[in-house]
Amino acid sequence: MSVIERNTQTMPVRTKPGRWMTEARKDMVFGYLSISPFFILFAIFGLFPMLFSFYLAFQKFSGIGEMRYVGWQNFRFIIEDPLFWKSIYNTLIMGLLGTAPQILVGMVLAYALNSALIRFKSFFRVAFFMPYVTSILAVAIVFSVIFSNQPSGLMNTLLGVFGVGPISWNTSEWGVKVAISTMVFWRWLGYNTIIFLAGLQSIPNDLYEAARIDGASTRQQIWYITLPLLKPVILFTTFLSTIGAWQLFVEPLVFFGRLGDVGEEGMTVVLYLYREAFRNNAFGTASATAVLLFFIIIVFTVLNYVLTNRTGRAGQLGKAARAAKKRGEAV
Amino acid sequence: MIGKINWAKSIVYLLLFVGALLSLFPFYWMFVMATNSKEAINQVPPAALPGDQLAVNFAHVLEQIRFFPALANSFIVSILVTIGVLFLCSLAGYAFAKIKFPGRTVLFGAILVTMMIPTQLGLVPSYFIITKLGWLNDLKALVVPGLVNAFGIFWMRQYIAEAVPEEIIEAAKIDGCSHFRIYWNIVVPAILPAFATLGIVTFMQTWNDFLWPVTVLRDPSFQTIQVAIRSLNDVYVRDYGMILSGTFWATVPLIVVFVVFNKFFISGLTQGAVK
Repeated sequence: MSVIERNTQTMPVRTKPGRWMTEARKDMVFGYLSISPFFILFAIFGLFPMLFSFYLAFQKFSGIGEMRYVGWQNFRFIIEDPLFWKSIYNTLIMGLLGTAPQILVGMVLAYALNSALIRFKSFFRVAFFMPYVTSILAVAIVFSVIFSNQPSGLMNTLLGVFGVGPISWNTSEWGVKVAISTMVFWRWLGYNTIIFLAGLQSIPNDLYEAARIDGASTRQQIWYITLPLLKPVILFTTFLSTIGAWQLFVEPLVFFGRLGDVGEEGMTVVLYLYREAFRNNAFGTASATAVLLFFIIIVFTVLNYVLTNRTGRAGQLGKAARAAKKRGEAV
Repeated sequence: MIGKINWAKSIVYLLLFVGALLSLFPFYWMFVMATNSKEAINQVPPAALPGDQLAVNFAHVLEQIRFFPALANSFIVSILVTIGVLFLCSLAGYAFAKIKFPGRTVLFGAILVTMMIPTQLGLVPSYFIITKLGWLNDLKALVVPGLVNAFGIFWMRQYIAEAVPEEIIEAAKIDGCSHFRIYWNIVVPAILPAFATLGIVTFMQTWNDFLWPVTVLRDPSFQTIQVAIRSLNDVYVRDYGMILSGTFWATVPLIVVFVVFNKFFISGLTQGAVK
């Protein structure tokens, strides 16, 4: 009884704001409500910290006590610190060693995986992808054991077979770089392969058929169809790899064991930042490092974009091929 | 002619097998180390086959770190973040895909732009925000910032735009359904495959996260498994068998989940990249 009464009472109350609440207004309210969690959380944990980094970069701040405005002093300190430049150099070298071969090998593997009549395709896909699923921490631990300084380390044992003496992987300039680049290469190769594979599979087969009918060789097909149409994917992976390379952190940290043990051979920009902040309590210089890194990443992103777009001829061919495909469909 | 084709094919197989071998070998090596004693690992040449020390090594791990509480923490954080991401990203994705409101295009563009910004650069101020909120050594510091993300919204919007026909939504509206009811009773059932994919990707990424947890969880009693495993390295004389048995047991659950659900996982990551 009471339920029915309540219902008859509330019904008109609910329709009343309905008149003011037009469809468009309802849409608006619901739309803004459902997207607001992202914007609120991003404002607090994404945008504000970024902007605050720019502010903090001009302050002297040890975590407790007052902040003090120091102008460009933090930037001057970093730029005059040889270790900062060493960290840039290291990041560049390890980034290049870790990612460039990865993109090339990834493309070759994807091409192999995409060729017709290959059995165990899903086994290969899972195998290639497993490193990416593993945490960076686990990868870094396993590789730091493989590249251990002892003669009993796997790498040193293998080198011993060829008569090369045991290498002190974490104290020699190139030992550190080779070991860390290998971790990066290993962990991301499968990811890039699978991305390239998806890109290859999105290329329509009739393009190749048409080319074959016109007498194009396999090399010509790769050069004039595969590569141009794969360009957006290549751009995407290069972009991700570049940004990822600049943020190299966990691999060297774990390779050396502790933050305090990181040698300058393995110092990366983010490690430098982290050390300034959480070991030296110099949050101002840490933020200044973050700001510099921010601009470095922007420059590299733009550079990436421009360089990849420079291969304009290939891009136009890709467009032409796509247009041809569309026309084919219309007929 | 046939000989030529077989030759090309064997090169392809050779490439793929070498690639798979290199991808899987470190897992094997991890297992070998985790099952051998310190002495077997440190001899020259080192043990190359699995031993019988798995339980012994793991007992040492349990002496060093709070392994199971850390595992539970990782699980709680990953589950909560996954639920948050699925709900909030699909809700926002639905709004962007199917509801017209002023500024929709611009706001969606803004979300795409935020995907380009490496937010890790705000690490130091984020740390202070967490301190100010009193969330240091609290799992909230990991859960709340992760509840919704730009990639998830983007991905859900694309999926909902294709998977949910406009007519059904219009019909439901005429029947007097509120937007939330449409979302809950029509959109959610239609996008369950997308939930599976985004869910498993989010779970794994949260589980594997290291930089942020190691920054805000300093107290050993509030660590995720990644942070706890890293602290195994702090011992003066490193016992690789012990360290790797910890790593092994922290990695196995995830590998199993991946192998079982690999289809969802791989399609989720590649769709974002290619489309």
